[in-house]
Amino acid sequence: MRFHQYEVGNFFDEMFSAEGCPRPAAQALVKTIESLPDGELLARQQAAERALLQMGITFNVYGEDAGVEKIFPFDILPRIVSGCEWNRIETGLKQRIRALNLFIDDIYHQQRILKDGILPKDLIFSAKSYREQCAGLNPPSGIWCHITGTDLVRNSDGEVYVLEDNLRCPSGVSYVLENRQIMKTLFPRLFASSRIRPVSNYPLKLRDMLESLAPEHIKKPRVVLLSPGIYNSAYFEHSFLAQQMGIELVEGRDLAVQDEQVVMRTTKGFERVDVIYRRLDDDFMDPECFRADSVLGVAGLMQVYKAGNVALANAPGTGIADDKVVYAYVPKMIKYYLGEDIILPNVPTYICSEENDLSYVLENLEKLVVKAANESGGYGMLVGPHATRQQCDEFADRIKAAPRNYIAQPTLALSRVPTLTGDHFEGRHVDLRPYILYGKELFVLPGGLTRVALKKGSLVVNSSQGGGSKDTWVLADGAPSESVATQRLEAVLPVV
Amino acid sequence: MLSRVADSVYWMSRYVERAENVARFIDVNFQLMLDEAGGPDRQWQPLVNTSGDHEEFNKRYGAATQENVINFLTFDATNPNSILSCLRKARENARTVREIISSEMWLQLNRSYLEVKAAAEAANWLDSPNEFFTEVKEASHLFTGITDATMAHNEAWHFCRLARMLERADKTSRMLDVKYYILLRSADDVGSAFDDIQWTAVLRSASAFEMYRKRHGRISPQGVVEFLILDREFPRAIQFCLVAARDSLHAISGTALGTFRYLPEKLLGQLCSDLSFISLEEIINQGLHEYLDDLQTKVNAVGAGIFETFFAFKAPQSQKKPARAAGQ
Repeated sequence: MRFHQYEVGNFFDEMFSAEGCPRPAAQALVKTIESLPDGELLARQQAAERALLQMGITFNVYGEDAGVEKIFPFDILPRIVSGCEWNRIETGLKQRIRALNLFIDDIYHQQRILKDGILPKDLIFSAKSYREQCAGLNPPSGIWCHITGTDLVRNSDGEVYVLEDNLRCPSGVSYVLENRQIMKTLFPRLFASSRIRPVSNYPLKLRDMLESLAPEHIKKPRVVLLSPGIYNSAYFEHSFLAQQMGIELVEGRDLAVQDEQVVMRTTKGFERVDVIYRRLDDDFMDPECFRADSVLGVAGLMQVYKAGNVALANAPGTGIADDKVVYAYVPKMIKYYLGEDIILPNVPTYICSEENDLSYVLENLEKLVVKAANESGGYGMLVGPHATRQQCDEFADRIKAAPRNYIAQPTLALSRVPTLTGDHFEGRHVDLRPYILYGKELFVLPGGLTRVALKKGSLVVNSSQGGGSKDTWVLADGAPSESVATQRLEAVLPVV
Repeated sequence: MLSRVADSVYWMSRYVERAENVARFIDVNFQLMLDEAGGPDRQWQPLVNTSGDHEEFNKRYGAATQENVINFLTFDATNPNSILSCLRKARENARTVREIISSEMWLQLNRSYLEVKAAAEAANWLDSPNEFFTEVKEASHLFTGITDATMAHNEAWHFCRLARMLERADKTSRMLDVKYYILLRSADDVGSAFDDIQWTAVLRSASAFEMYRKRHGRISPQGVVEFLILDREFPRAIQFCLVAARDSLHAISGTALGTFRYLPEKLLGQLCSDLSFISLEEIINQGLHEYLDDLQTKVNAVGAGIFETFFAFKAPQSQKKPARAAGQ
């Protein structure tokens, strides 16, 4: 299968610097693929999809009686990141997470950043994700955001920008691990010769990090993963991670509070729980502290947490840093807390509660992407260039009614990666979500989830709207950019 | 382990075993029809009776034709005990305990479910019914084998075995019960070639034909009854199943064999002891149907006891600790 008709177009292409010109890090892959007989790649792609279905790597489609489950579509062409580019991304992410963590800790304690006038006070107290119940909390070692999934995008200028921070319960890492597993069975020789940085140790790192949060006097801490249950769309990931870490997957109804301890119901009675990796939003965690109507959480959990008898990852309250207006201040936070300049830039952001920005936004809606400050997952969004006049007008009214709740950003031309479409390749837009663990040290998983908008021309990578995923290969420093031995061996391998 | 998880593992295992047994019932009936002269339809009603869902069936389907019965027992998603429903529920349960069972077990169960579901939608399995039901059986064997070979033989594994063995004991008793009932109804056939064929069919339902021949030789009703209830070595015989279930129950609770701390240990221990010391004559004198009926009730009681002891929701009771010394 050949790339000779592949068009780079007016976008930054992650694999080709120009038509027919693979980037150095992608040369071995391009050669391997070009040496495959016709139809072979498609056959391997189909084998991969069958494997995903049989492994049950699916997400639930809500409201279907027949139990409709779909696989998260997977594209066989990986996205490749060179070693030196990754090093810069990694440094930038660590810087950002360190600053965001200091910010969260500050907000729930002295609020120095507000007193020093770096961030407006109103902004914090009007944020839906600010939790007054968290004021004065002291999570172990002062770490609040143990697991983060930062969304990165590359614009046509070639620069990598941070789009969102996702400090609450970021999902998707299970696809990273499964995609890699599948790619290894499909291209074993290429892996053997390419020095691609591994991701399979993520569950080990995650468990180590979680155990490190346990109260100090506990020798062998019991770690559990708290899931909303089987009907949650990310349930597969919850059970996958619990399995890979060798910890219990629990639901709220399995847990109870007894004598200032969190305990779980077992066949042998109640047993103590020390660390909870919760995949449940703050609001649902404890009906006594947050939403009283939640049946998913554990009554009294926060009392135990405050007493220091159980650790939660992530700590409650981290959502404040996910507010999209707060996001706009991250460069200032980095300067304020770390005294450094930001390494990975923010996407330029117009804050509608500021007068100048507001008038610019209202005049230029058709060019901008408008986002609601407290939403995620592509909800409450206006993509100006793809919207009708009427939609723009409606949004203008909403913005004027509540400027605090909106920000706007220029429409980015997301970078593209060649994607298998029938019998040829076409460029499709991608983003990248690396995963960062913060315990005793900061760890960035090399790579992350590359989401791809499979519909032609689409910029929306969400799985609910025709998005899929790709494996992300981060090459080791100084990895050979190509290997002739690889392509010959790969071409004769049978389809798995 | 978590009570909720133990509950799910238990039902996952029971449903897989149940699906296999439904396939056995149907498959052997097909076999019978191939050399039977007595008219096909009279063979199908007992199958519905075996499952215990005959009221539901009569209401919805009416006549017990081959097609109706097979549809009901195999692909009917509204029949909670059809093969499709059993595998769906087994898989749903497995999905909630994927972190407890091995990946291989999940893979196998998911594959079986997807295959049966595809067959239900394709509806061309009637071209080779034997092949289809054999596949269902083999899928269950594969699952059991994978369970034994890839899962630590820990508490969860014992819940799997406990569930499988209780389910199997119950289904073997039902198989025997229904066939005996048919035979009684046609007293003329007793001792005839047809009788032999019927009893052979019972044995085949339980994959017991060959093992029976090695042990008892001639086919006789008494021999079959003795073999399927009292044999200690044949893995689908009721005594074998209940002894294995008891061993697993004690492995879970840690209670010494021959004693009890929990109700299900007491009930199952008594049941095993009854089976050890009863003779075939006593069973026949009591009436086979009555005996089996009583046995099924007792097996159900063991199941209910297991639920109460290990799975049921219990609220925590705060144990008041002695007050701490002041001035800490």
